[in-house]
Amino acid sequence: MTYTPETLAQLEADAADIVSRYPVKRSALLPLLHLVQSVDGYVSPDGIAFCATTVELTSAEVSAVATFYTQYKRRPNGEYQVGVCTTALCAIMGGDEIWRQVSEKAGVGHDETTADGKITLERIECNAACDYAPVMMVNWEFFDNMTPDRALRVVDDILEGRDVKPTRGSHKVGTFKETERVLAGFEDGRANEDQGVGDPTLAGLKVAREQGWEEKR
Amino acid sequence: MTDLTPVLSATWDAKESWTLDTYTDHGGYGALKKALGMAPGDLIQAVKDSGLRGRGGAGFPTGMKWGFLPPDDGGPRYLVVNADESEPGTCKDIPFMLSAPHNLIEGVAITSFAIGCNHAFIYLRGEVTHVYRRLLQAVREAYEAGHLGKDIHGSGFDLDVTVHAGAGAYICGEETALLDSLEGRRGQPRLKPPFPAVAGLYARPTVVNNVESVSSVPAIIERGVEWFTAMGTERSKGMGLFSLSGHVERPGQYEAPLGITLRELLDMAGGMRGGKKLKFWTPGGSSTPIFTDEHLDTPLDYESVGAAGSMLGTRALQIFDETTCVVRAVTRWTEFYKHESCGKCTPCREGTYWLTQILKRLEAGRGTGADIQQLLDTCDSILGRSFCALGDGATSSISSAIKYFREEFDAHVEGGCPFDHAASALFAYEPKAIEEAHA
Repeated sequence: MTYTPETLAQLEADAADIVSRYPVKRSALLPLLHLVQSVDGYVSPDGIAFCATTVELTSAEVSAVATFYTQYKRRPNGEYQVGVCTTALCAIMGGDEIWRQVSEKAGVGHDETTADGKITLERIECNAACDYAPVMMVNWEFFDNMTPDRALRVVDDILEGRDVKPTRGSHKVGTFKETERVLAGFEDGRANEDQGVGDPTLAGLKVAREQGWEEKR
Repeated sequence: MTDLTPVLSATWDAKESWTLDTYTDHGGYGALKKALGMAPGDLIQAVKDSGLRGRGGAGFPTGMKWGFLPPDDGGPRYLVVNADESEPGTCKDIPFMLSAPHNLIEGVAITSFAIGCNHAFIYLRGEVTHVYRRLLQAVREAYEAGHLGKDIHGSGFDLDVTVHAGAGAYICGEETALLDSLEGRRGQPRLKPPFPAVAGLYARPTVVNNVESVSSVPAIIERGVEWFTAMGTERSKGMGLFSLSGHVERPGQYEAPLGITLRELLDMAGGMRGGKKLKFWTPGGSSTPIFTDEHLDTPLDYESVGAAGSMLGTRALQIFDETTCVVRAVTRWTEFYKHESCGKCTPCREGTYWLTQILKRLEAGRGTGADIQQLLDTCDSILGRSFCALGDGATSSISSAIKYFREEFDAHVEGGCPFDHAASALFAYEPKAIEEAHA
């Protein structure tokens, strides 16, 4: 491993926290892989070795797990993971065209990274926001009800170094590494950030309130 | 006319609905205090009597699942909440956890007490950063308030809860694949039996329940079995979230008694987009055979949907109007299953690959008449021939689409896709290049 002593010490402290959440050490492997991505920006050879040492597996066993899951990246990832949903419903509602324009604008295809390292683009599968279709995700935060114009603006902002704001959730999308630290199970103090509950989420509740159906029960 | 019944969704419009304070202000954790004063066996009986059935798709009775655990042998037993919501069309658990994570945690605490579990896990899909933030905070708040941890409210009951993020794999929504993944392995399904109730997480007795199932428990305990059974139909009791997406005026979450119809739901959702005609829809996600406008009045309960040839699944109603090419939709769903097949069983791994090849050439106008029969034959070779239901689900949309829209498949053979894809989109655009293949 080529980690500096400081980085390694921090990794070891974080890894101990992760391992302590589980009765069996190996269960820590998925969050540990997120943790190494938060340091290296991908599942690096060093990261694999670190995970293997921590949970007492071989590096081949760790690699076998890491390569199964799409969120673990085998090459240095862009600062922002931009995913356009092109599963059936989003594709039909406009996701295919959004993908075409975003890919053209960024100049990269699926699972490719822009030369400046800003964006890794991905055609993603259903992200459980179908009532907000077409959907785009940036570092796994929701960009709902996208149009090509809105999507291109997000891409522009990223490429030009401006902050980007999801439509639901936090006030600002963190970097890929910051996001991976959250996914390793470390709070970042941003849970109370909110963009308001979206209309689709409240659609039924609104009807029920208008009709006075709740009072009746 | 069926009324909507917001229970799980009742607090979603409250200020900072995700916080402990808001949840408590609305009576939250009252059910936990009540449950801790009851005998665990009585809690299990109450959930059995309520008729609550698993809300994650399969519809297995929740109380019965709890009852399958073997007698206490002094070793650990686990509750694992399936929060890996990934079935195309399904979008209920994610907004629920974003808005009301404490409702889930209260359900976890009550369920754990009922089944004798001292360490519960919530397995959340990894692709929802803000939901994870909210869950982590809610669990911490619940510890601080004494709803989790040691000797909860002086009951002598201890419970730890770990929220675990996955890493992008639809298959981990299958309960045994989820357990393998939670053990730090590739998420591949296990041969059953043994079922998780006997040998689940770390080969110990384990209950795996969907988010919505577990979250329905506090209301059942608090308001009583009769309150719950008054909603729904004879064998499909209670309320559930119906998620409308696609070509409707007001897509979203509509919490209603089981047995409501699409016609009623569409009426509440403002009808079809721009008054267009309904063409096809899924009653419970992409793994459930599609329905058409013939099924507008089919009661959306387990039995009626089953009798009409599909499955209630996750009540993920993906709705498509007359502008939509059914071959295009089916091709995309099939590509999804090809991408997500874990590779363990040959019929699913190879079958979804070949289905995709055939559908793509059909969609592109390069197919032959024999391809349609080949699709059906390949579906036959997959259905019922793999460890889990992923392969089965892959065949559902294909065989049902050919059943209802055979002539549309034929039309693709004869002259390519007859539809203007731009007409299905929510925004106007000038079609440019031929859409490239899905990755």
